[in-house]
Amino acid sequence: MKNIRFLILGIFFAIVLSKTQAISWYRFYEMFTFQSFHMFGIIGGAVVISMVFMQLFKSGKIKDINGNKIVPKPKQKGFIRTILGGTFFGLGWGISGACAAPIFVILGFKLIPAIILLVGALLGAFIYGLLSKKLPN
Amino acid sequence: MDFILQPWPWYVGGPLIAISLLLYFYFGKNFGASTNFDTLCTMAGAGKVSDYFKKDWKERDFALLFVVGLIIGGFISAYYLIPNETIDLNPKTAQELLDLGFLNVGNQYFPDEIFGEEAYTSLKGFLVLLVSGVLIGFGTRYAGGCTSGHAITGLSSLQLPSLLAVIGFFIGGIIATWFLIPLLF
Repeated sequence: MKNIRFLILGIFFAIVLSKTQAISWYRFYEMFTFQSFHMFGIIGGAVVISMVFMQLFKSGKIKDINGNKIVPKPKQKGFIRTILGGTFFGLGWGISGACAAPIFVILGFKLIPAIILLVGALLGAFIYGLLSKKLPN
Repeated sequence: MDFILQPWPWYVGGPLIAISLLLYFYFGKNFGASTNFDTLCTMAGAGKVSDYFKKDWKERDFALLFVVGLIIGGFISAYYLIPNETIDLNPKTAQELLDLGFLNVGNQYFPDEIFGEEAYTSLKGFLVLLVSGVLIGFGTRYAGGCTSGHAITGLSSLQLPSLLAVIGFFIGGIIATWFLIPLLF
């Protein structure tokens, strides 16, 4: 049951996203129209502070709970997959105002619409799985 | 207590998200959210149709618990922590949305035009959400990550694929908000 810590972290992360309005459709609309600093401040702030953590992981000053060096998984390379995949995701994100983690958080706010989003997301992941070998990288 | 119930500013959100990432890695796992879409497909039996989903989902039990936490945290926030969902919108943004015909702009987190009853009483409302979901699921898996995995984890660890993915996120997001939203509403 040591994984229970991930459950607690999930609750914490959901509360942070909810309280900072980082799950709100309006906040992402504002972000994509560049009319507000709020989301750029949140994501930019998270990235800058995480960079410091990444350096501490790299130098071994912060190790994981088992004493192992922390190495973030390298992301799959490929120009088309990242730009095109990213664009598809951005389209869905821009229309619905939801990215991956918030879909689960929104269940608490708007149950049925969030279930529709989630079913769609699973369908989308399923379609990707079927086509994964045929898609350009 | 007052602080808990007020909306939290961006300079509180950024550090707390970074701390979430730190703890996720400290607990020994790679921070991200969208791989869970694959895992849920595997649990639903997608492995019978495609080898891509032939994985042992039990290896990702930690991530599934994180997802359960996200759901619980969403309910706790919605019912106990946000007495007032008003969004302090840029007046320009609010006016733009009013011009598009949105009502109650900024008075709640989720506009009724997308998250209201229409989502399950009209075909258009249903499809707007379902297709968005499909794009989110397909796009995150093709790109290899979402806001957590690419924008935060990937950018902060200086990975080029994540920079490309984030550029893609904005291409899609800008097309959606500048062109598709006015077209749809």
